[in-house]
Amino acid sequence: ATFQPELLTHILDGGAERTRRRKEIEALVINDPDFQHEDLNFLSRSQRYEQAIRKSSLMVMKLREYGIADPEEIYWFKSFVHRGRPEPLDLHLGMFLPTLLTQATPEQQDRFFMPAWNLEIIGTYAQTEMGHGTHLRGLETTATYDPATQEFILNSPTVTSIKWWPGGLGKTSNHAIVLAQLYTQGQCKGLHAFIVPIRQLGTHQPLPGITVGDIGPKFGYDEMDNGYLKMDNFRIPRENMLMKYAQVEPDGTYVKPVSDKLTYGTMVFIRSLIVGDSARSLSRACTIAIRYSAVRHQSELKPGEPEPQILDYQTQQYKLFPLLATAYAFHFVGAYIKTTYHRISGDISEGDLSELPELHALTAGLKAFTSWTANAGIEECRMACGGHGYSRCSGIPDIYVTFTPSCTYEGENTVMMLQTARFLVKSYTQVSSGQQVTGMVSYLNDLSRQRIQPQHVAARTVTVRINDPVSLVEAYKARAARLVEAAAKNLQAELNHRKSKEDAWNRTSVDLVRASEAHCHYVIVKLFTAKLSEVSNAAVRAVLTELCLLYALYGISKNTGDFLQAGILNDAQITQVNQRVKELLAIIRRNAVALVDSFDFHDVHLGSVLGRYDGNVYENLFEWAKKSPLNKTEVHESFHKHLKPMQSKL
Amino acid sequence: GVNPDLASERQTASFSVEKLTAWLDGGAENTLMRRAVVEAIERDPVFSRENQYFQSQNERYEAAVRKAVHLQKKMREMGWTENGPEYKYIYRALAGDVAFLLHRIFTRSISMLGSDKQITKWIPLASQYQLIGSYSQTELGHGTYLQGLETTAVFDITTQEFILNTPKISAMKWWPGDMGRSATHTVVFAQLYIHGKCYGVHPFIVQIRSLQDHSLCPGITAGDIGPKMSFEHTDNGFLMLQNVRVPRENMLNKFCEVHPDGTYVRSGSQKINYFTMTTVRISILSDEVIVPVMKACTIAIRYSAVRRQSKLKPGEQESKILDYQTQQEKLLPQLAAAYAFHFINDYLQELFDRAYRQIQKKNFDMLPELHALSSGFKAVVTQCCTSAVEICLRACGGHGYSLLSGLPSLYTKILASCIYEGENTILLLQTARFLIKCFMAASAGQPLPPSVTYLASVKPGRCPAKNKLHFLNSDIYTEAYQHMAARLVSSTATKLQDLIQSGVKKHDAWNQCTVQLAQAAKAHCHYITVKNFVETVEKLKTQAGIQKIMKHLCDLFALHGIFSNPGVFLHDGYLSGAQMDMVTASYLDLLPVIRKDAVPLVDAFDFTDKSLNSALGSYDGQVYQRLYEWAQKSPTNKQMSTAYEKYLKPLLHNKLSKL
Repeated sequence: ATFQPELLTHILDGGAERTRRRKEIEALVINDPDFQHEDLNFLSRSQRYEQAIRKSSLMVMKLREYGIADPEEIYWFKSFVHRGRPEPLDLHLGMFLPTLLTQATPEQQDRFFMPAWNLEIIGTYAQTEMGHGTHLRGLETTATYDPATQEFILNSPTVTSIKWWPGGLGKTSNHAIVLAQLYTQGQCKGLHAFIVPIRQLGTHQPLPGITVGDIGPKFGYDEMDNGYLKMDNFRIPRENMLMKYAQVEPDGTYVKPVSDKLTYGTMVFIRSLIVGDSARSLSRACTIAIRYSAVRHQSELKPGEPEPQILDYQTQQYKLFPLLATAYAFHFVGAYIKTTYHRISGDISEGDLSELPELHALTAGLKAFTSWTANAGIEECRMACGGHGYSRCSGIPDIYVTFTPSCTYEGENTVMMLQTARFLVKSYTQVSSGQQVTGMVSYLNDLSRQRIQPQHVAARTVTVRINDPVSLVEAYKARAARLVEAAAKNLQAELNHRKSKEDAWNRTSVDLVRASEAHCHYVIVKLFTAKLSEVSNAAVRAVLTELCLLYALYGISKNTGDFLQAGILNDAQITQVNQRVKELLAIIRRNAVALVDSFDFHDVHLGSVLGRYDGNVYENLFEWAKKSPLNKTEVHESFHKHLKPMQSKL
Repeated sequence: GVNPDLASERQTASFSVEKLTAWLDGGAENTLMRRAVVEAIERDPVFSRENQYFQSQNERYEAAVRKAVHLQKKMREMGWTENGPEYKYIYRALAGDVAFLLHRIFTRSISMLGSDKQITKWIPLASQYQLIGSYSQTELGHGTYLQGLETTAVFDITTQEFILNTPKISAMKWWPGDMGRSATHTVVFAQLYIHGKCYGVHPFIVQIRSLQDHSLCPGITAGDIGPKMSFEHTDNGFLMLQNVRVPRENMLNKFCEVHPDGTYVRSGSQKINYFTMTTVRISILSDEVIVPVMKACTIAIRYSAVRRQSKLKPGEQESKILDYQTQQEKLLPQLAAAYAFHFINDYLQELFDRAYRQIQKKNFDMLPELHALSSGFKAVVTQCCTSAVEICLRACGGHGYSLLSGLPSLYTKILASCIYEGENTILLLQTARFLIKCFMAASAGQPLPPSVTYLASVKPGRCPAKNKLHFLNSDIYTEAYQHMAARLVSSTATKLQDLIQSGVKKHDAWNQCTVQLAQAAKAHCHYITVKNFVETVEKLKTQAGIQKIMKHLCDLFALHGIFSNPGVFLHDGYLSGAQMDMVTASYLDLLPVIRKDAVPLVDAFDFTDKSLNSALGSYDGQVYQRLYEWAQKSPTNKQMSTAYEKYLKPLLHNKLSKL
């Protein structure tokens, strides 16, 4: 390696001190005998749930014992305890408690917060229904106010209105924050949140009028009891509606909330977490695949010589190194959104909401872009490990099944891309009408200038320097501008032909998604490039620059059509880009293992026989297999039950 | 009753579903036979897959063994045989969820690689299940690269035996199905040594478990390799051999023999080994790859016609998600691909049959082409279909993630096909090697095999299309594909030659071009797929009703390929930017046209609800009701979890002092 991996680790953690603290917390968990257990791959779903709930209870106690209260430190502790997997108290800690803090009145906080903090109340957040997910307005659960008794009557009027998917609902929780359409004085007032007790304190039996259970086995999330909830005329007191903003008075009078933009804040925050999660999940998969590719020898490159490491094959490098570069890119994007969110939420609390729409649009798109890319990338890593990648011991199947639902939850990705597109089209329209736009979309301002000088685009061709990240940012910018413009024009053309706005939008939506993707891609290349100048160590900066170039050039080589069609690059330049990508593969090869070591995943956290730090893959693969449940007895019982009788009969 | 949202989709079909089904089956009589087999299997409760999603690995394995044993009885009852026309339908009806599939490979390898004497000895034992076989090729350290296998078989003249050994941990046999728990015998591939000289990899029949009590034989360590992404029903195993002796007669010796004095004799052509691999690569495509993608399309498209979300027109009912352009753009190209690959499978099957007839006459001329096409298509079809199933899964949103949707199981199973029977990248490079060779031959004026004659006429050109409707002309897009494939092959060949001429060693030059070579191989297969789809549609002249919708699907398949890889068509100016916009427009225009027939097009695949085993995809579209009912059957809802008493109760009753 040409650089010190620790230095890069510090950059990823946000400083040497953060790294030290992370490792300290990691050691606390990993050396704690209470958190040890059998390999989860050998446990049934019930057993995995049980292990998770056992560890979660201990975790809550120990966090308080150690006085760990910083959100990021809690996050580390939790992910070491659960090894990056979900756990049954996720919704209690991540949604129930925060929602009480932000949406409950002081009186409600007195009643619910401390019991919930002390885990006498375990809550979940029941929003999604069987029939509706991302499209919240379509939710069907009703909460009808009865002024006579001053109660809300909750109902699940149809099969499709059954709450479906909330984590911790199936078996763990005794309360839920339920989102329902509020009806008072005969009118629907839209979605509101209600605190609903669902199980008897003490016996944990469902309350009368409540039907609750587990939704059954899933692709992953074995340790999570995602649940269903059906309510039949279930009554709760008026005081159980979360009333910090909207209110229903005792006589049924509805009081409107001041602003509904504030709920954006939470969504932005959670989606920004998914961007970070995309980076981490992809980093884990890259670590496993790259280490294994350095250990696995196969076939021959030169006749007569020993079998080479598979990492020396160009095709293997071409599969893995662009993903490695992507993982780094997403780390920096995740860090950027987090910082921006914290900065803007400062502004929000002072009443300045001006930057929120852009941040909201940007995180929606980046959530979709990064989760789609990481999802495909994890699979590519698994595939790059050949047959052994398919074994659960590789750890990649688990990373994949845990990560893949993030393409759906917190906003289905296509819908997210279209939200970003709406913002882009709006910005484009502003520019067309002579206004200036600011922020990440300010490149759209150039479009009006180009119209005055039509030769501008053609002139751009020769200006792209393929070894200069800054110049590549410009190329991505031009591509985004072109695709946004094309989508906006197609939308306008559809509007000119048809009456309905919705119909025109639908008929342009494939173009709109492409425009959003191009915009997000530009933002990522820009942020990665910007990060380079912040790195003080020359050796680290050099290796990050190589990764940044690979990320940008690989993106071009995968989307040559856009760059060619827009005249941003010509045939000869595309050939150069393709060639340069392959040269970079060879350059990055020598640092590849050091670059994944810099992610600094502990073996316990990585959970992979193929990705072990010491590279002793085959011995440990054998040791692992011997523990498989099918090997518990030498002769399997099915021999006596089925095989032997058949052999004697035939 | 049928959900009205699905019923309405069927009323407006532009063609007869029954006719399309019969055509896909290769004739109405095949449809009848298939339905009869499926019914007989599904009526039998032993074969039920109802609880599959709730079972552990151990339970799945046991059920698979039970089914395999019961199947023997069923086949006798029904008068079915392993070589009969019903057999493929049996396998399909069981969805492959049955043990002893490797037993068949064991039998087949003895039939192909064994002498008449060996066949007479082993085949009757195997077919009567007096022994259960497996097939042990892959090792911990080596898969596709067979020469690298490390297991050894040393000939001992004094006892006339081979001594088999696993010299190191990476040489352990790893992955063979049926070997972990079931098999009593296996065919072991090992490096043959005689008098200290290595003669390469050869097959040996080795007994691994006692026929009496199923305990492991002396010198044998074997077991299950542990949980995988799927195939819970299969006991993929490991095998370690320590000085295991087998008689000289146990080496399969149709093509090579070791005489008692240690003389090694080779007879027959080695090329025939390629033929075996080719056979397997083609034979997996239909049941392991194309059927799953058809099932995934059926589930996702039916569900998309039932799921309503958000509104397209204010004031109206929420819209079916199938009416959204983005949803159509996800699913309909996958549907078109399912059809395209079904036809490619027919094409390969036909090619294979022709080659087989020639080989029987000792003519091996067709082998290189067959080998190149079967390798390339194995890679391209498995990769495209795997990604298609994943797209279907994600297009079903949250509910797709539930095992009850059936999609996760289809996905985890199909994705193994990208690795087994040859890792895809390596296979593509084999195809590329053939293409480069043919290109060079063409430059030297030599004749070419039929599938690659186009390589002889590589020339610059421009697409003649003037408006978007021209792109619905199959000649226009077939030529675009041909041009693109030829350009990629020729530019890679040129680069390879340039590198070699500049002094780079041949193998280094090859490695430096592998990314491009793989791309060229894919382009070739893509072109053949489009061309074959076009020819298949042309042959449908007598069935106008079906031909029309097949033509739309063919157009969609071809234009989707251009739309998704615009760069390779724009690169040398074959298509202009303006033409690319025409392609996009034509492609997007096709989506709503095919959308109208989307449900009938998946109905035509004719899967029973039991074979789909999906809460989202059943024929009647009662999605939500079924999801709710199935969830209630989950063991997590039946048994009182001990977690409450053990962990939750203390947690909930916990007082502040404890925190």
